[in-house]
Amino acid sequence: MAGSTPVSLSADPPAREALVAKAANRIQFSPGREAWRRFRRHKLAMAGAVVLLAMIGAVLLGPLVWKVPINEIDFSSHLEGPSWAHPLGTDDLGQDILARLLYGGRISLAVGFCAMLVAALIGVTVGAIAGMSRGGVDAMLMWLADLFLSLPQLPLLLLIIYLFRDALTKVLGVEGGIFLMIVLVIGGLRWMQVARLVRAQILSIREKEFIEAARALGASKMRQVVRHILPNALGPVIVAGTIDVAAAIIAESTLSFLGLGFPPDIPTWGRVLFDAKDTIDVAPHWAIFAGAAIFLAVLSINFIGDGLRDAFDPRRVL
Amino acid sequence: MAEMLQETLLDIKDLKTWFKTDDGLVRAVDGVDISLKRGETLGIVGESGCGKTVTARSVLKLIDMPPGRFEGGQILWQGRDLIPLDTAEMDKIRAREIAIVFQEPMTSLNPVYTVGDQIAEVLRQHQNLSRKEAIGAAAEMLKAVHIPNAEKRVHDYPHQFSGGMRQRVMIAMALSCKPKLLIADEPTTALDVTIQAQILELMQEMKERLGMSIMLITHAMGVVAETCQRVVVMYAGKVVEEAPVESLFGDPRHPYTQGLIRSIPRVDRAAEARQRLEAIPGTVPSLLEPPPGCRFASRCKYVTEICTKAMPPLKEVAPGHRVRCVL
Amino acid sequence: MSRQYLTRRLLIALPSLLGISIVLFTVLALAPGDPFSEIAANPAIPPEVAASLRAKFGLDDPVWQRYLHWLVAMLHGDWGFSFASRIDVDTLILQRLPTTLIVIGAAQLLAILVALPVGVLAGTRPYSIFDQVANTLAFIGFSLPTFFTGLLLILLFSVRLDWLPIVYSTDLHASGLKWLWLEVRQSIMPVAVLGLFQGASLVRYVRSAVLDVVRLDYVTTARSKGIGERRVVRRHIVRTALIPVVTLVALQMPIVFGGAIVTEQIFRVPGIGSLLISAMLANDTPVVMAVTFVFACLVVLFNLIADVLYGWLDPRIAFR
Repeated sequence: MAGSTPVSLSADPPAREALVAKAANRIQFSPGREAWRRFRRHKLAMAGAVVLLAMIGAVLLGPLVWKVPINEIDFSSHLEGPSWAHPLGTDDLGQDILARLLYGGRISLAVGFCAMLVAALIGVTVGAIAGMSRGGVDAMLMWLADLFLSLPQLPLLLLIIYLFRDALTKVLGVEGGIFLMIVLVIGGLRWMQVARLVRAQILSIREKEFIEAARALGASKMRQVVRHILPNALGPVIVAGTIDVAAAIIAESTLSFLGLGFPPDIPTWGRVLFDAKDTIDVAPHWAIFAGAAIFLAVLSINFIGDGLRDAFDPRRVL
Repeated sequence: MAEMLQETLLDIKDLKTWFKTDDGLVRAVDGVDISLKRGETLGIVGESGCGKTVTARSVLKLIDMPPGRFEGGQILWQGRDLIPLDTAEMDKIRAREIAIVFQEPMTSLNPVYTVGDQIAEVLRQHQNLSRKEAIGAAAEMLKAVHIPNAEKRVHDYPHQFSGGMRQRVMIAMALSCKPKLLIADEPTTALDVTIQAQILELMQEMKERLGMSIMLITHAMGVVAETCQRVVVMYAGKVVEEAPVESLFGDPRHPYTQGLIRSIPRVDRAAEARQRLEAIPGTVPSLLEPPPGCRFASRCKYVTEICTKAMPPLKEVAPGHRVRCVL
Repeated sequence: MSRQYLTRRLLIALPSLLGISIVLFTVLALAPGDPFSEIAANPAIPPEVAASLRAKFGLDDPVWQRYLHWLVAMLHGDWGFSFASRIDVDTLILQRLPTTLIVIGAAQLLAILVALPVGVLAGTRPYSIFDQVANTLAFIGFSLPTFFTGLLLILLFSVRLDWLPIVYSTDLHASGLKWLWLEVRQSIMPVAVLGLFQGASLVRYVRSAVLDVVRLDYVTTARSKGIGERRVVRRHIVRTALIPVVTLVALQMPIVFGGAIVTEQIFRVPGIGSLLISAMLANDTPVVMAVTFVFACLVVLFNLIADVLYGWLDPRIAFR
């Protein structure tokens, strides 16, 4: 210990700071950037994001560029395979499949996203109320969620559409009515998972110290929820949201495929597949392109969901 | 007798256990030398993150090897290097020669099997016993660790035991094959203070009965003072001081050790000298890119320019007492 | 597992069933128009039957009375008369229910047989080549809608290769081994479509459950006992990972039924799924209601089975 003069006695603060910094040698990242960085690492998720954006772009802008009408009936060119005039071929009425898929895609994708929004809205509200109230209200809401989870989804979906289809069509017109009904029912049968997640997040964060601190500082309940709790709950909800979009797209396609979704003249992807299935032996391209559209959209969304899950909840050490 | 006491059972030489993470390479254990003799209780102290648990688990190679890896060094068990051994070979050493007890008795036992089954599992693996015999031997072990009503309780599930009892079960399980070395990784940290003393006593009793060595990992200086014969102080992946227990507490040389000892709350001293509880300021440096010099420099009261330039080597300052410091 | 636990789970199942029946009935009651307009319009139905149907569904009574009437009738198996098929609904359903259950059962079995080993292997070797391939295949598997896979399989195996029949026949004119062979031949595609779809999501669940368990302390403890990696995986990892997987499989049942409906439609399997669709297309309301009710009962049943299995697998639960 002899010989050297202790730095703390002689050195000025900046020099000591520098020494401390050099010795400490730390790196810091903000959580948002962290999440984005982790998402970027997930190759399949990035690929999915690219494909999905391309599909969204295609259905939004495609019909403006590819001006072939979707219902131009032309029996002379029916069930033709892909060609320059019809890149994806024609169906049994000679209608251009590419145009129909682009147009129908808008609806298929829109149903997916809107249903997800419905589910998210209901789910977040119910979950927040349940998490913040505890006791009787919480128990009742959770029992309700369990009940809804036990409902057989597709049969119930079919049942409701079967019963309410005509009435809604009369009130809101064919497209609007069915769109609203399908979105509300699909979303209404998917809020439970989101509600559970939000409630779980709230319950766990409620107990944490920084909420106690906020409460001690007099923050109102509402403020607590919005500023502190919800941002933390966001991660799992977003992941659940992507799953919901994929599930909703499949649900709508299934309905249309069974002939019980949108009316026949609206070419949602499921409907096109419904039309295509009977001539699959002679015109496989028709069914394959329609099915592939659904598949690619759902696959991309699922990959994105997986990437988001990794981004928000990193357990990987590799 | 003297020769037996001198026999070195475990000799860890320049062990480097590193982990590959998203942020880079974490050098959890970065060149550590530890040796342990037969019949000795060695304490390894340090704060969280200093590498003591990783060192303990490295001995039995219980580190997940995809993110973790042995970057260098040797772990010599009775002269034989454990690092190159494959899993089958390690399995012959685990529980039979070296056993380990973990920190969290709540989660260290499998909830779906009875404690009897779990102890029997070890016994049947290393000794040729039928299931009935093994459960019988398990009940004997439970008796040895003073669990009341052992014959009945051997058929109970872990969740039916309290924390302290569970730790006794863990000890019973670990010692069932009479290993030569027991590694105890913070065995009492998760328990109430009163139970802590009982568990430490139990370990001491078992040590005497079986003539084994203990490697006790802890961050509590008090525990070390009571139970250990030699102590190793670790900081940020390296050993910073090593001494027989009286020498360490009597004449701590490394500023970190001094800080650790001084930060033990002592009501009598505080009342007398009106001393404030002394804490060591600052936090542990990142193990991703450790600073080039002494790793304690950023928190050291006596830091000098030399300290930040190069890592000081371990010097012997008294018999059996080594320090890694320029002072 | 205590009898207490069993009784408690049974008691919880009943309100679920009641709840579902209330939801179904509410939907029916809220439906605008007269769902039985078909009855009135259909000359083949004798007026007495029509009148008794109206009475049974109590279309002129207050709501809660109608609900009770309806519920009692449903629980008695008195499900009315199908005018599309001209037989009692309960006979109709009982005829077709076994087919659906066999297809679903075989599909789930296939799913589990494939998903369990793959998921465990992927979970114990995370980020390895096997894991990445299995993961990607799983994603593809559950992103492919069952109707699309079904159509593709038909295209390949029935149309192009002519190995498997398109139409499912209930009248196989054969017996013994030949019958079994024919039965298997015509069931392969529907079972495969359903099974692989289920298997794909199951692989991910198993993998995730294994990943969760692998990092737990008791696995490290097990390893430290020197019992060998294979025993560690079998006795400590898989056994405990199964617990959440079992719950998940049961909770997936409502979705499996959806898949069964679609599969039966495509392959024309005469089960209650295709019955539901054809009844809807024919506006045969009593059948629609009864089939939906049966589906609901099946879901509650499977949830109960899951609860029981869960209690059996995890000793901590049964002691509460």
